[in-house]
Amino acid sequence: MSEVIVVTSGKGGVGKTTTSANVGTGLAMLGSKVVLIDTDIGLRNLDVVMGLENRIVYNLVDVVEGNCRMKQALIKDKRYPNLSLLPSAQTRDKTAVTPEQMQKLVDELREEFDYILLDCPAGIEQGFKNAIAGADRALVVTTPEVSAIRDADRIIGLLEANEMKKVDLIVNRIRMDMVKRGDMMSIDDVVDILAVHIIGAVPDDENIVVSTNQGEPLVGSASPAGQAFLNICKRITGEDVPLMDLNTGGGFWSRVASLFKRKS
Amino acid sequence: MSLLDLFRKKNSGNVAKDRLKLLLVSERADCSPEIMEMIKNDIIKVISKYLEVDTEGLDIQITKSDIEGDKPGTPALYANIPIKGKKHVDGPPEK
Repeated sequence: MSEVIVVTSGKGGVGKTTTSANVGTGLAMLGSKVVLIDTDIGLRNLDVVMGLENRIVYNLVDVVEGNCRMKQALIKDKRYPNLSLLPSAQTRDKTAVTPEQMQKLVDELREEFDYILLDCPAGIEQGFKNAIAGADRALVVTTPEVSAIRDADRIIGLLEANEMKKVDLIVNRIRMDMVKRGDMMSIDDVVDILAVHIIGAVPDDENIVVSTNQGEPLVGSASPAGQAFLNICKRITGEDVPLMDLNTGGGFWSRVASLFKRKS
Repeated sequence: MSLLDLFRKKNSGNVAKDRLKLLLVSERADCSPEIMEMIKNDIIKVISKYLEVDTEGLDIQITKSDIEGDKPGTPALYANIPIKGKKHVDGPPEK
């Protein structure tokens, strides 16, 4: 039984594409057959984050318009035999595809893949409507900032209005040092405001920049973000993984200190 | 408010949380400031028929409902309408 997951956020720049790349790769590492779809027509980026930009021949719009068969457009990732990417078109715009066409495309992929991950463009216009059309569940990515949370709230409202069956939250780029100082909203604060189920929190991690530079998702690596993304993947597959304690980075004494802080 | 609260309030994280909570409650209810103003004026109009109200001190806003049994986050219209005095109205005849 396959599952179609849309990664969305409303606001741009919060980490949708990074999350799509890492969650998609992680699910493939865990043994599932995964296809990543970049639905950001006109501003494609998932290909370059995945390091597959040099292998694009056909794209999503070509498939929809019948210029090629689905198999021809899918790029198989040589690093992970279970992982494929359907890149977006760069020279077209969002109106090149309709929600009905997206739904049909996604349903065709259900036959071959366990997980179909859609990287949604920013905004709430046509591109968003296309991306959510065929999805069974949504991962809403936000950062602990007022603008991102406000947009996430709007997106959650729209997803509920569109009868999305399952909506989970990912709090990205959290900085525990700032949370401890009281200068950043905590994970609990964000969950409290948005009143939606959290599936994972990803710490702000320099390694993400490095991995994006290299075009290699860092999911599963020893880095804090790599671990957090792998945990999210496990939760998606139904495994019960407790939320990571992001405080452990500071060593033994800071953990002792945080124990006392919690009591006050 | 204790001394601790005073310090805590200054943290920008809490400021952000409080601002967002207020903002999102009214946005979820799809209630713009213009609509709130219209509701306020209509409320004044209706109540003024029967009571003399302090229009300056009147405060209405949409907040989260704190009534037990309501779904958490349910928006509620909160109105604080100071009454200056009774107005003579042609109500039902008194006995």
